[in-house]
This record gives sequence, C-alpha cells and structure tokens, in this order.
Amino acid sequence: MIIKLDFFYVLIGLLFAACALMTLRDNTNPRRYTTALFWGLYALVYLLGERLAPSVAGALMIVMALVAGFGFVRPGKADVLPEAQRQATAARLGNRLLVPALAIPVVTMLGSVVLKDVHIGAQVLLDRKNLTLVSMGCGSIAALALACWLTRATPLQGVREARRLIDAMSWAVVLPHMLAVLGLLFAEAGVGKAVAHVATSYIPLDSRLLACAAFCVGMALFTVVMGNGFAAFPVIAGGIGIPVLVGVYHANPAVMAAIGMFSAYCGTLMTPMAANFNIVPAALLELPDKNAVIKAQLPTALPLLGANIVLLYFLMYR
Amino acid sequence: MQTAVNLWPLLGIAAVAAGFVLRANPVLVVILACGVTGWAAHLPLLHLLESLGTAFIKTRNLPLILLLPLAAIGLLERFGLKEHAQASIARIRSATTGRLLTVYLLAREVAAAFGLTSLGGHPNMVRPLVAPMAEAAAEARHGALSEPLRQRIRAMSAATDNVGLFFGEDVFVAFGAIVLMQTILKAEGLDVDPIHMALWGIPTAVTAFVIHAWNLRRLDARIRRETTR
Repeated sequence: MIIKLDFFYVLIGLLFAACALMTLRDNTNPRRYTTALFWGLYALVYLLGERLAPSVAGALMIVMALVAGFGFVRPGKADVLPEAQRQATAARLGNRLLVPALAIPVVTMLGSVVLKDVHIGAQVLLDRKNLTLVSMGCGSIAALALACWLTRATPLQGVREARRLIDAMSWAVVLPHMLAVLGLLFAEAGVGKAVAHVATSYIPLDSRLLACAAFCVGMALFTVVMGNGFAAFPVIAGGIGIPVLVGVYHANPAVMAAIGMFSAYCGTLMTPMAANFNIVPAALLELPDKNAVIKAQLPTALPLLGANIVLLYFLMYR
Repeated sequence: MQTAVNLWPLLGIAAVAAGFVLRANPVLVVILACGVTGWAAHLPLLHLLESLGTAFIKTRNLPLILLLPLAAIGLLERFGLKEHAQASIARIRSATTGRLLTVYLLAREVAAAFGLTSLGGHPNMVRPLVAPMAEAAAEARHGALSEPLRQRIRAMSAATDNVGLFFGEDVFVAFGAIVLMQTILKAEGLDVDPIHMALWGIPTAVTAFVIHAWNLRRLDARIRRETTR
C-alpha cells in the first residue's frame, strides 16, 4: 500500500514533539518542564512505536500517568487573536471558512467508499485494514492545506493552533488510550469471566420480564464498568442472552442481539470509562465539570434502557 | 464447572469505581486499577509491565481520530469559524437551540445508519460548529446566557452527537458491532442474518430519537425559563 497508518503515527509523533518544544519555551506555563516531559514521552510512543521494548513502553505509560495524575501537566496561556479581529475575518471570508471544515468528512467518505480499491501500479493506494483512519488523515491534511490557502497562514501556525487545543484538553487526550490498555488488561486477567460468573450465579432469571431486565441492565452495567459495549456483549450474551433468553424462553436471537447491543450503548452514555465520548468532549468544549456530558446524557440513557427492556419483552418472539 | 473462576480480578473494577466516586484524577485511577488487577491475577511485575506496554503501543491508533483534525480546526477557529457559525444561525429567526440540535440529531443518526459515521464528531463538528451555533441560537433570542446555562447547552451539543452516532450506526449492516454479534452468536451455534440484527435495531433507534428530541424540547423550555427571570 502507498499511504499507510504508520505515516500518520509519525505525523502525530512530530506534532507531540512540537508541543513539547513549544511548551519548553512557554514561560506562561507554571509547570513547563514537566508538561514538556509529558508530551515528549507521548511523542516517543508514536515516533518509535513497535521499536520500543514492551517493558519500556509500559514504564513510559506509568511515568506519563504519574506526571499527569499528580497535576504536573498544565496549559500555558493561549495565544488567540482579539475578538474584533476574528469577527472581521469571519465577515470577510464568510462561508468559505466552512469549506476546509467540511473537507474532513467529505475526503474521509471519498477515501473509504470510492478510493477503497484503487491501485497505483501493483500497490493499493490506501491501507485497507485502517481505511477510515487513513482516509480521515488524508482529509485532515487536505483541510489544513485549504485552511492555510484561505487564511494565508503557514502550516506552522496550524501546528501552533493544534497545540493550543491539545493544551486546553491537557491529560484528557491520553485518557481514552490508557483506558483501552486497562480494558485489554481486564480481558487478560479474566475480569469478564468473573463478572459473568457473578451475574449468572446470583441473579434470579425465573420470570421472563426479570430475565429481560437482567439482560438489558447487565449489558448497561457491564459497559459502565468496561467503558465499551463490545467488551460487554460477549460476556452478557454468553451468560444470560443465549442460555436463558434463547435457551429457556426461545427468543429470536437477532432481537436479543440487537436490543442487547443498544442496551450496552445506554451504558456507554453513562460512564466516564468511555472517555473518548464523554470526558474528551467535556475537555474539548472547555467545560469545568468533566462529567457534564454524562449528566446531559442521563435523561436520555435511563428511559431508553427502560424502553429496551419493554421492547425486548414484547418483540422477542418475532 | 463452577470452581475454576478466579474472582479476585474484580478488585480492578472496585478500584475504578472507588476512584471515580472519590473524584480522583482519572489517569491516576486507571494506572492504579492496572496495578490492582495485575496483582489480583498474580501477574509477575515484569509481565504486567510488558502487557501494559504492548497494549499501549497497539492501541495508539485510538487517539488519532481526535488528534488528526486539530491543526485545520484550530486554524479555522483562529480566523473566526465559530463567529461565522454564530452569525449565520442568528440570522435564522425560527432557530432555537433545541430545534437546531434536533435537526443535527436526525442528520447524524440517519447518516450513521447509512454508514456515514465520519459526518460529525466532537473535534471536527461539535466544537467548531454545533456547540457555538447552539449557544448563538439561544443568545439571539434571549440575550446573554448565564454560565451554567451556557455549559449545559455545550454539554447537550456533545450529548446529541453521541446519541445520534450510537443509535444510528448499529442499524447499518456493515458496522463492526453487527459483525461482532454475528461472530459471537455463530460461535455459540446460532446462525443469524446480519440484516435481521440491523432491522431489529430500528425500534430502539426510533425510541432513542424520540426521547432525546423530547429532552431537547425541555432544554428550550429551560432556556426560556432561565432567561426571562
């Protein structure tokens, strides 16, 4: 293949390295040395990747977590243009400002739908296994080029702006990544098996409604714990869905699976463990309460979970 | 066959729950939970370190979706993308925060149901466009917003993106979740057509839209109530 995911790993690694260097020289940041260390270590993870020995990478992760966890990662003072100047350029550029922003989804779609099978010579153009990510990377580069052309700014200014946003999100940037590591460790240690054992041994499943409720709530709760519906589905479907709902009550497996996965998604809406959906957006929108997005989702997630139990109860024989 | 399950790794979950309840720094909670889980599962220290490192390198594709658009979006923000989005929504008389977000919810959910999950997202749509427009729609009608109300509107914008994405994408046949469910059911001896799983997702997808749209109406009511006081 011609455009590989590795290319974007290097690019992101260079971005973090630039973050580290700019932070080092930023004397508005009260913790500039430790903050620079944090982004510098993260740059190594992307630049060296598999070339790092596993134990070294593990140690890197622990050091990063300790530096961030004890409050040594801080933002500097953001350099933004004054409000009046932004409004003036907004009025001058008008709808053209939307073009680069929309280029990201458009190129991503083009790449993953149209250019999927394109070859140049004997080589595939885009990495097939990571098609969406690679297409999105191309879209982001196209968007940056368009934005530079439109605003007459340099790509370096783009890097500065990316650093401003990364600085604002601070350690929340690495939280989804570290949670994914915890998820894999949970799987290795057999946490899923232990939960399934507890769930199936101690929950009464002798009425159809109770079984439906236990299945849906189990999916949601397990997802709250693991942060990922994909981790919950095999455990709860294997523990309650298949043996009880399908085995005892003869439910249609397609209905059980579809509503079960959606119950898991209700759990995703309610947990800080799903950091990339719940905690990162709170940081990205500069909300002081990191759980604000979860709180906004609860009035949708809880009634929907109830609705799922009812839907499953009435639709399971279809 | 009830004897072989080791229940000690559940301590890892307990550590996470305790950490979040005590509002400790989440990164610290995660690393502590890793330690507890490894200890409870009797992993030797070096083995634990290697497991963490391998997983850390393997999952580094995960943050890309957040990081890649930042340079372009940041640059556009510097030159007034938010201000432009706010000015355009303020010109539409009938726009309210709730109606705007309901339209976005519908578009996001339908697009995701057709597999177009990249038409949206927090870094490239919510932060630069959706949230500023939702704020501006309220400001254009009711004047200045209190800080808690402004934050609620922003949080609701992010929530709307999530709800639309989650309950749309599972209706799309080629989505990963459907493939995962099919594989797991097959391993248990149940042969299920992916089309059926996608179709049986539709009742929940519709319910999700109705419930969230109702909550967005309530947000409009709250905005009216708090700004006329």
